[in-house]
Amino acid sequence: MKEIFKIVVLAKQVPDTRNVGKDAMTPEGTVNRAALPAIFNPEDLNALEAALRIKDTFPGSTVTVLSMGPHRAAEVIRDAMFRGADGGVLLTDRKFAGADTLATSYALSCAAKKLAPDMIIAGRQAIDGDTAQVGAQVAEKLGWPQVTYAEEILGLEGGKMTIKRRLENGIEVVESPLPVVVTVNGSAADCRPQNARRIMKYKHALIPTEAAACPGTLSAELSAKHDYLQIVEWGADAVDPDPSQLGLEGSPTKVKKIENVVFQIKESKCLSCSDDEINTLITELIETHTIG
Amino acid sequence: MNNLFVYIETEGGKVADVSLELLTKGRELATELGVKLEAVVIGDGIAGVAPELAKYGADTVWIAEGAELSPYRTLPHAAILCGLIDAEKPQICLMGATPVGRDLGPRVSSAMHSGLTADCTSLVIGDHKDAKSGKEYGQLLYQIRPAFGGNIIATIINPDCRPQMATVREGVMKKEYAAVTGAGEVKKVDWQKMTRAEDFVVKIIERHIEERKINIKNAPIIIAGGYGMGSKENFKLCFDLAETLGGEVGASRAAVDAGFCEHARQIGQTGVTVRPKLYIACGISGQIQHTAGMEDSAMIIAITDDPEAPINKIADYTIVGDVNEVIPRMIKSYKQNSK
Repeated sequence: MKEIFKIVVLAKQVPDTRNVGKDAMTPEGTVNRAALPAIFNPEDLNALEAALRIKDTFPGSTVTVLSMGPHRAAEVIRDAMFRGADGGVLLTDRKFAGADTLATSYALSCAAKKLAPDMIIAGRQAIDGDTAQVGAQVAEKLGWPQVTYAEEILGLEGGKMTIKRRLENGIEVVESPLPVVVTVNGSAADCRPQNARRIMKYKHALIPTEAAACPGTLSAELSAKHDYLQIVEWGADAVDPDPSQLGLEGSPTKVKKIENVVFQIKESKCLSCSDDEINTLITELIETHTIG
Repeated sequence: MNNLFVYIETEGGKVADVSLELLTKGRELATELGVKLEAVVIGDGIAGVAPELAKYGADTVWIAEGAELSPYRTLPHAAILCGLIDAEKPQICLMGATPVGRDLGPRVSSAMHSGLTADCTSLVIGDHKDAKSGKEYGQLLYQIRPAFGGNIIATIINPDCRPQMATVREGVMKKEYAAVTGAGEVKKVDWQKMTRAEDFVVKIIERHIEERKINIKNAPIIIAGGYGMGSKENFKLCFDLAETLGGEVGASRAAVDAGFCEHARQIGQTGVTVRPKLYIACGISGQIQHTAGMEDSAMIIAITDDPEAPINKIADYTIVGDVNEVIPRMIKSYKQNSK
């Protein structure tokens, strides 16, 4: 029997918080989002690679990227298509705005139900929140098992997946029946690069909102003509949710207060890097028994 | 009812440090709220832990024991914790931000439809008034954490859902015996009634857990390198200085992401929290993500080529210069003066 799998990869477009420059904060001390480039969440790329490897092993399998975010998040779906994904779905609606992890997971789980995959693979966590909650919460909402901290999918046979997990102090190999939600660590294999032929093929892939914004262009025309150039765009109504569980209203956690980071200023001595000043410091540290 | 739960993590029958740290914090919060501190232990070979948990202030120790419950697996532990939460209605549930807590916490929060705040650096009881509805809430758990890559500090609350859930990383809270030992009353959990056969479908085939080799948490002297070290090659200078001074090497997240050293050495909100007597930050700019994990060090020396770097504001001494020159000079100076 030929085995094929329907795989959904959860991907998020995030501000690149790893390389926060000096202009990332405004003079008023708020976050200057415009100064931070929007990127494919790094561990979601590891997840995409894990999915593409399954597709390599089981030809005919499909990889669909599911993302939630503003219209521009279609960029990560296109990026994934350049790397080997078959297509994608963008969940985008004002009704999703203000969602915490639980409301986000709820919306994603509604979309996942509609897509009915054999497995969902996601990054362990996103770098803008570092919560690592969405994968596990989607699994709970679907009533599926979850395998977090995955480093490698070792096997897929007879409706069961064998997965190596990378924990802080070691490894664990587990076996889970399908369907399952797997969240992948940054220690897993890096994602393959964008493929030039796929870029030529999929650069005109658009969500309907994007196509409507550029009528008459080549991209809009091609996208209208070919199914494979149409990234699916779903609003809240498309996934039949319970509205009370969406967005800000559906979020049990509320942000009470945001403070800018203010350091308690200590009485700080500034030294030059001259031999003399370093000698004085080291001698003082030895005399006070801080070192030695 | 309305008490404070701490999920206790065990490995080989031994309680994890992070769980004892959470009991210490939990004791303080429970006393302020006037409620009981309840420890929840799920595993095998754990019957003997109650006296230890009592020393950290646990009034009640829930024990769910069975061979099938160890090692940790998501579904049975989640089902049992949810079963207990349903029955006992705690107002707060805390767990370690470890691979176990970060796997279990979201599953339970989703099942209970309650909010969970990850990686809190501070937990405080406080009141709240909803700006829109004007509704007032007394004695909520303020879950405080850096957010957005550590550039802001957010205070998160769960006004309407219970339990209020939070995870905290190891080393963030202090571990101390309670002033008064708790009653430690053992209550057996009838866990078979809370789990179903489907909760055991995931099998553990192989498991290798090692004692941690790198232990920066308890090192009295830490030399931490950041992205400003420039390269993996230059980063070795941190090891040289650590060896000279008898310290351990730590790193900022940026240095770990850049591959300069292993993740086990990462200090900060998404790494380890340390309080050494001397902390030397080499080529670290000092984002809150990092400083959250080291600002309580007794003495901080920052070596940086940027006189405006945020780390300088919390440093006792700032040496402005190139790390590649300063570190060798420090090593030389120490060798000359220590005899």
